[in-house]
Amino acid sequence: MAQIRIENLRKSFDQFTAVEGSTFTIDDGTFFAMLGPSGCGKTTTLRMIAGLELPTEGKILLDGEDVTFHRAAARDIAFVFQLFALYPHMNVGENIGFPLKCQGMGRREIRERVQETARMLRIEHLLSSKTSKLSGGDRQRVALGRAMVRRPKAFLMDEPLGALDAEFRHLMCGELRDLHDRIKATTVYVTHDQLEAMSMADQIAVMNRGRVEQIGTPQEVYDRPASMFVADFIGSPPMNFLRFEGGLRSGDRAVSFHDTRLAVPEIREDRANAPLALGVRPEHIRFADTGAVRGEVFGAEYLGTTQIVTVDTAYGRVAARLSSSASVRIGENIGLEFNAERLALFDIGSGLAIRTANGEGPRHG
Amino acid sequence: MTAAATKSTAHSIVEASPRAKAFASGLVILYAVITILPLLWIVATAFKSQSDAIAYPPKVIFEPTLEGYVNLFTVRTRQTPDFIAKLPPPQTWYDKLVRQRDMVIAGPSKVVPRFVNSLIIGFGSTFLAVFLGTLAAYAFSRFRIPLADDLLFFILSTRMMPPVAVAIPIYLMYRQLNLTDTRLGMILLYTAVNVSLAVWLLKGFIDEIPREYEEAALVDGYTRLQALRKVVLPQAVTGIAATAIFCLIFSWNEYAFAVLLTSGEAQTMPPFIPFIIGEGGQDWPAVAAATTLFVVPIVMFTVLLRKHLLRGITFGAVRK
Repeated sequence: MAQIRIENLRKSFDQFTAVEGSTFTIDDGTFFAMLGPSGCGKTTTLRMIAGLELPTEGKILLDGEDVTFHRAAARDIAFVFQLFALYPHMNVGENIGFPLKCQGMGRREIRERVQETARMLRIEHLLSSKTSKLSGGDRQRVALGRAMVRRPKAFLMDEPLGALDAEFRHLMCGELRDLHDRIKATTVYVTHDQLEAMSMADQIAVMNRGRVEQIGTPQEVYDRPASMFVADFIGSPPMNFLRFEGGLRSGDRAVSFHDTRLAVPEIREDRANAPLALGVRPEHIRFADTGAVRGEVFGAEYLGTTQIVTVDTAYGRVAARLSSSASVRIGENIGLEFNAERLALFDIGSGLAIRTANGEGPRHG
Repeated sequence: MTAAATKSTAHSIVEASPRAKAFASGLVILYAVITILPLLWIVATAFKSQSDAIAYPPKVIFEPTLEGYVNLFTVRTRQTPDFIAKLPPPQTWYDKLVRQRDMVIAGPSKVVPRFVNSLIIGFGSTFLAVFLGTLAAYAFSRFRIPLADDLLFFILSTRMMPPVAVAIPIYLMYRQLNLTDTRLGMILLYTAVNVSLAVWLLKGFIDEIPREYEEAALVDGYTRLQALRKVVLPQAVTGIAATAIFCLIFSWNEYAFAVLLTSGEAQTMPPFIPFIIGEGGQDWPAVAAATTLFVVPIVMFTVLLRKHLLRGITFGAVRK
């Protein structure tokens, strides 16, 4: 197993820059998710790690060894594709054994290793089936088997659950994480689905427009987003942004929000007057008549244990997550109270978080 | 709507009505008769005698004879009945057949070497066109090639006029290069014509094969060439078969260049067949016999590959 280090990696295609100077380290045994909207460069980064794409600039180190320009085959990594890429002219067993055959391993040993891998994935009974007859989940298991059989240094997965239906995806998420805990292989997992990333990963890198916006544990990324993009991309519904203008002083525990003062976590940097945004997660909003921000209930979306209530305020529409037992009437005028310790502040100009006691602002790996 | 409900509808949009089905099959049968009839006529003519072959009104029922085939494979000379009577008795059935017409066999005709030429040139150029076409199509499909679109258009543009339009320059060029009337020359020429078709057809087929397959193989330890051979080609086999059939049909049937550029050594069947002359003009039964034999390989090839051909032609039309 291995540590993967990316240094100033950049990739451009003609005019278009897909990945811009990212630098980060994926520690040995980590389940590392790269999360971002489509076209953010996550897949390109993964393909460069795999050797399927050559970087324009920068370095890729596997366990300290520079493999930037090594052939894919020489890197000893395994790749799992979104569409599984099972060879249609081979059966399940042959598919799983294929990487070993490529290496010129003997038939007997291949058979043993294939059996062992299949046992791990509980697909022994499928070994002689045609791949076209398999269900989506089984295909994914075969694809995983083909990746595992070689015992590579690292697994790279490109939206491996993207082609499965929602129900199955959830099941496979659990299986993937379970598998990772058993074999402890460094795994780089690309997805645009925040739930997948949040539920499985040890570390998440949120990417946008070719840049890594933030790297952190799922909790860090959710609770202390480094930028407005991260705050907006992660969470459903996303973080609310309430815009205002003002200056900030280090040590303050409140900001002038339009006509009132709002308590916030202790500010850790000085800022001249500038357009700012107050970031508040829907679950950190309560309805209270004493609330500083008032608005009119626009709608409510019932979700079982909770409900999402949208409120039209003077500063825009705000979504609040309330217990579903709370009764709200549409059109009702209510006050909103925020959980001061969990608020975030952003500089609208740069989109970056402002350092507070809650979050240390932008950090790059 | 459930399946049962769909079935019970008077006019289902998915299932053809019996009348429509009957009409469709009728049309197909009519087309088959129209296309197969000339072929059957040729096969029949090959077994007619010279006079039956040109009889008017045409004879559908006749006494079959192998004269046409014998005439095709032999060169004969006419002799007086006295001379023939003095000869030792005929050794074979065809000797006998020829002597009944007051002739003796002087030797074999050129048909076998011509047929061999056709086989070598037809299959040789097909192989070469498909081989080069596959490599080029793969490159166009998978790599970033500067000016790829222009190059592809350039390749296609070679087919925008009938090949015979360039007959004279090619003739002059071939004469300079001493390629006239050589098998190599004909193979090169047919390959050049076919390769553009092959590149375009195969590019379409290879585009349809997800790159993930090769990429998986590349990651798993194959080189690019191994991945092409062991992963891409097995999946492109339908496309390759379809392309091969199209290429073979062209080079097998090509007439104009063959007439222009071959006369002896490298002559193929198409220019040979029309000049099978018997006594007093065209020997129609022999011509028909030659045509029958000429058609056989391509029919066999097509029948052998027809599954691939069907799948090949509709490839990409419907996603699996």
